[in-house]
Amino acid sequence: MRAVVTVTGTDRRGIIAKVSGFLYEHNINIEDISQTILGEQFAMIMMVDTSESKENFVSLASQLEELGKEIGMSVRIQHEDIFNAMHNI
Amino acid sequence: MFSKFDVIETIDMVEKEHLDIRTVTMGISLLSCIRGSAEETAQAVYDRVMKKAERLVPTAEELSLEYGIPIVNKRVSVTPVSLITAAFPEKSALVGKALDRAARELGIDFLGGYSALVHKGTADYEEVFLKTIPEVLATTERLCSSVNVGSSRSGINMDAVRTMGQIFLDTAYLTKDNDSLGCAKLVVFCNAVEDNPFMAGAFHGTGEADTVINVGISGPGVVQHALKFVPDADLTDAAETIKRTAFKITRAGQLIAREASKRLQARFGIVDLSLAPTPARGDSVAHILEELGLEVVGGHGTTAALAMLNDAVKKGGVMASSRVGGLSGAFIPVSEDIGMIESAQAGKISLDKLEAMTCVCSVGLDMIAIPGDTPASTISAIIADEAAIGMINNKTTAVRIIPAYGKKVGDEVSFGGLLGRAPVMPVHTGSAEKFISRGGLIPAPIHSFKN
Repeated sequence: MRAVVTVTGTDRRGIIAKVSGFLYEHNINIEDISQTILGEQFAMIMMVDTSESKENFVSLASQLEELGKEIGMSVRIQHEDIFNAMHNI
Repeated sequence: MFSKFDVIETIDMVEKEHLDIRTVTMGISLLSCIRGSAEETAQAVYDRVMKKAERLVPTAEELSLEYGIPIVNKRVSVTPVSLITAAFPEKSALVGKALDRAARELGIDFLGGYSALVHKGTADYEEVFLKTIPEVLATTERLCSSVNVGSSRSGINMDAVRTMGQIFLDTAYLTKDNDSLGCAKLVVFCNAVEDNPFMAGAFHGTGEADTVINVGISGPGVVQHALKFVPDADLTDAAETIKRTAFKITRAGQLIAREASKRLQARFGIVDLSLAPTPARGDSVAHILEELGLEVVGGHGTTAALAMLNDAVKKGGVMASSRVGGLSGAFIPVSEDIGMIESAQAGKISLDKLEAMTCVCSVGLDMIAIPGDTPASTISAIIADEAAIGMINNKTTAVRIIPAYGKKVGDEVSFGGLLGRAPVMPVHTGSAEKFISRGGLIPAPIHSFKN
């Protein structure tokens, strides 16, 4: 399944390393990655493929939320369909 | 494909602008539960709701996590109970209590359908059923009741309107220790819809499939935020902005409705396009109207602004969903909308203005507290006025009014949570006693003869 991982918050060192490390450990492939700065907010958006991961999606979502708390950022994983639905006709 | 800006927009909608799915409501037919006695029927009803809705809450929670969109309420609506208990109407409360127990055990906040459809006439069993409503609402926690007293095709059943005035007062009295909370779970309709996912008026119509999923969207905060970006736009462009925003919100609702119905093995019913406010700041329909340029909701211009908002929401939403239904528009409850609460507290919005607003929005007089000593005939007259607006204009109208026992103008009722709080508003004192006591049926309007 294709999903979108987003990381938002105040920029700091090691964010990409932490998040991509987690994704690697859970056998999730990163297909695309982009970063942007909005005001003082850092936002990283990753397109990922979770089909090789053994972990269920709901559990991944909670673990990423926890990881976000550890690094002081907001981290989410969402099924790509929510964005397709809302932003495509 | 979507861009990174689209991703950020969606996340901001959820985290900063209160975008959520207001309710995933499972409609369940109870017609197969009718047995030879009230006790057996109540058991069959309980068993069926528990079985059908067993996975409703966990499924909604899974969907919420997978798509990153909060689903605030999970609810159930059922076949109007008056039909299920027609052979033993005096024992309808047994079924009501069985439904309430099921709601509690399923972990859902409200279950709707303690209802009767009496728009052309009240059958003997329905007469008995209506009288059970106050006691049932006072002794249950999550059960909601609704009564349809009129329609554009049949006219207005003024005998039922008269009865309902007293039922509001009785319900207020029996729940007086909680600011007459029972009345917040009771709504009287004209042109009730059979697929409404919102409470207190949800029930599962007899024309519906066995089990369906209806989804109510939300998002007044998102619309207000979008309008902030076009502060100097003319109203054509403002309407266009609302349409585009309604489209996006509805698409989220459509996705959740489709997935939920698949996973729950129920039919996809409808997406209800209503903008549903909450008492939280930044989640107010009134504030959208103020963003359009009104100093305060309730002043002159409010009806026009609401008409535009309501229509633009429908236009954007209809494009976004394959199945639209329910009430679809903008809700204007007083106690559940911070902008409305503040305007009412400041005396800037009146019952008369609210009535005018109901001519152009999706529902009616909603969550309005009035003095506890209001005569039953005045409450019936308020219901009759509202039903007349619905009947003549071919739209749904409703009255959910709280004659707060022991309270007068200037006092406040407070229910907490999504039901919010409301100042007691004055009603006109001219009596409608004679008019209401006439009873009978206000005949269907001429434009009902369409065959």
